[in-house]
Amino acid sequence: MQNHLPTAGAEVLLLRKEEKRHVRELNTKMQKLSINELKYKANDIRQDIIQMLLTAGSGHSAGPLDMADVFSALYFNVLEHDPKNPEWEGRDRLVLSCGHINPVLYATLAEAGYFPKEELLTLRKLGTRLHGHPHNLALPGVETSSGPLAQGSSQAMGMAMALRMNHLKNRVYIIMSDGEQQEGQTWEAVMFAGKYKLHNVTAIMDRNNIQIDGYTEDVMPLESLRAKYEAFNWHVLEVDGHNLQEIINACMEAKAIYEKPTLIIAHTIAGKGVDFMEYDYKWHGTPPNKEQAEIALRELRTLRGSIQSEHE
Amino acid sequence: MLHLNPKIGQADIEQVATRSGYGQGILDMGEKDNQVVVLTADLAESTQVLDFAKKYPERFVECGVAEQNMMGVAAGLALSGKTAFVSSYATFSPGRNWDQMRVSVCYSQANVKVVGAHTGVTVGPDGATHQALEDVAITRVLPNLTVIVPCDSVEARKVTVAVGQTKGPVYFRLGRSKTPVMTTDQTPFEVSKAIIFREGKDVAIIGSGPILYNGLLAAIELEKEGISVMVINNHTIKPIDTQTIVSAAKKCGAVVTLEEHQTMAGCGSAVCEVLALHCPVPVEMVGMPNTFGESGQPEELIEKFGMGKNAVMDAVRKVLSRKQES
Repeated sequence: MQNHLPTAGAEVLLLRKEEKRHVRELNTKMQKLSINELKYKANDIRQDIIQMLLTAGSGHSAGPLDMADVFSALYFNVLEHDPKNPEWEGRDRLVLSCGHINPVLYATLAEAGYFPKEELLTLRKLGTRLHGHPHNLALPGVETSSGPLAQGSSQAMGMAMALRMNHLKNRVYIIMSDGEQQEGQTWEAVMFAGKYKLHNVTAIMDRNNIQIDGYTEDVMPLESLRAKYEAFNWHVLEVDGHNLQEIINACMEAKAIYEKPTLIIAHTIAGKGVDFMEYDYKWHGTPPNKEQAEIALRELRTLRGSIQSEHE
Repeated sequence: MLHLNPKIGQADIEQVATRSGYGQGILDMGEKDNQVVVLTADLAESTQVLDFAKKYPERFVECGVAEQNMMGVAAGLALSGKTAFVSSYATFSPGRNWDQMRVSVCYSQANVKVVGAHTGVTVGPDGATHQALEDVAITRVLPNLTVIVPCDSVEARKVTVAVGQTKGPVYFRLGRSKTPVMTTDQTPFEVSKAIIFREGKDVAIIGSGPILYNGLLAAIELEKEGISVMVINNHTIKPIDTQTIVSAAKKCGAVVTLEEHQTMAGCGSAVCEVLALHCPVPVEMVGMPNTFGESGQPEELIEKFGMGKNAVMDAVRKVLSRKQES
């Protein structure tokens, strides 16, 4: 624990006790976890998210929870990266364009060993490196500054072009929200990637159907997303955003597409893993209070038990 | 030695647009550094990067008419080790992509050089929509950003090379029409180091950009009336050269600011901030008087909106009388 860390409140008591580790210790070079291990990891990430949001007292709940499976698959199976050497030239880049779901990025980075897990509880507090929206100069493993929607997508296209100019084969992964598709800049970036056939780009869209003011199709309809991206010369895949094997398979297929960038539409359940949050847009931009967090954590721990029994 | 153009004040002084100096400077940079890339949004020719595009096609990125994405792509290239020059009209870039410049470039300290062409009323016939008169105001408020206004094509070339060899976000502005070449290849240029073009003791004209030539003409005229006018080329608006400005104000006791930009929040305001903090003296401001431009010939518009030689002379006389009253 670093001495500059802000003081966390009494909520720290909710920190789960050290549990029996179901995953093997990770070396500096990331080992690829099995599907079963990835499920545990996603569950750990969800518990981290609830504790972070409770301690912070503000932030977004639904998006981070529903993207925990995608982040588990990416950081513990798909991505080439090295937590002990975040600037490694050979790394794949992950650009979080929808910066508001950063608790899932921070929790995943900490789980992967980029920084101490204790630091997660400093989210949004004075002196933290875990700002309300990600800042690349603040924290190792964060590639860009993001929050204003669609900015990450354009930056990712620039990174993909630079990799191509430098004859490097690493890939750029973009995490985008569905509400973000309402930004004009998104389509500027999508058109750009289509023109330059940026096949080293894999965009993964969190299709959870909610945004702050309501359901996406009520606020500003997005469909047909597949037809729109295909019209812009992208390869489009759709997966169950909670099925780790499907996520990994889609990422592998994207690598094999040479002429086009790939979009993976990850159909997710907003707030996945916490029953009272699921499907409800009111949890888009709200954190749980102490009672709600206790219920959520109990549920997630129980879920963890069911994962265990499922595979034993 | 400043080695200024000996033809200053003469009718046959060479006239070249500052954008042409950028076009030469970007070729210089292309040769010096193979990490330099240029982006444009369908304005390669008029922003003078067409020669770069032909010579270095693999380092030229045509973004189409999409300035927001262009700024982001530039940031992504820069965060991957490139030096990215973003070339468009200032009304669009940074006009339309200010948020992208703020977050993707300045906050991340990405090595992006934003080049805003077609600034000032001297854009001429295209009219108010295309005459950038607010670009310095909206850029100089951004942390981590250096803001420069070259006075002529020779200086624009030097600015391009100087900022291209330094890491960090920069904005600099260019003009469309041909304007007098005041400096020469031998004139020194250093970012944040204002240049005293002309010594004087009664009033200091502190300005930036091609319009500074009207300050020099006014100084020559006023000398005949026995008024000694100092003229300072304050090319770098941020970080500003506080020392040179304060010592000029202390020596002269009165200042006229001069710019082809809204007087509100531009070069003149930046000078006033320095003076208010360190050496308050009477100031008159010559520039765009809180209004939009219109179509017309460049010289007609400069006269109409009060930025010609006579307007500068009036401002000098006015500030002198205020100095004597105080």
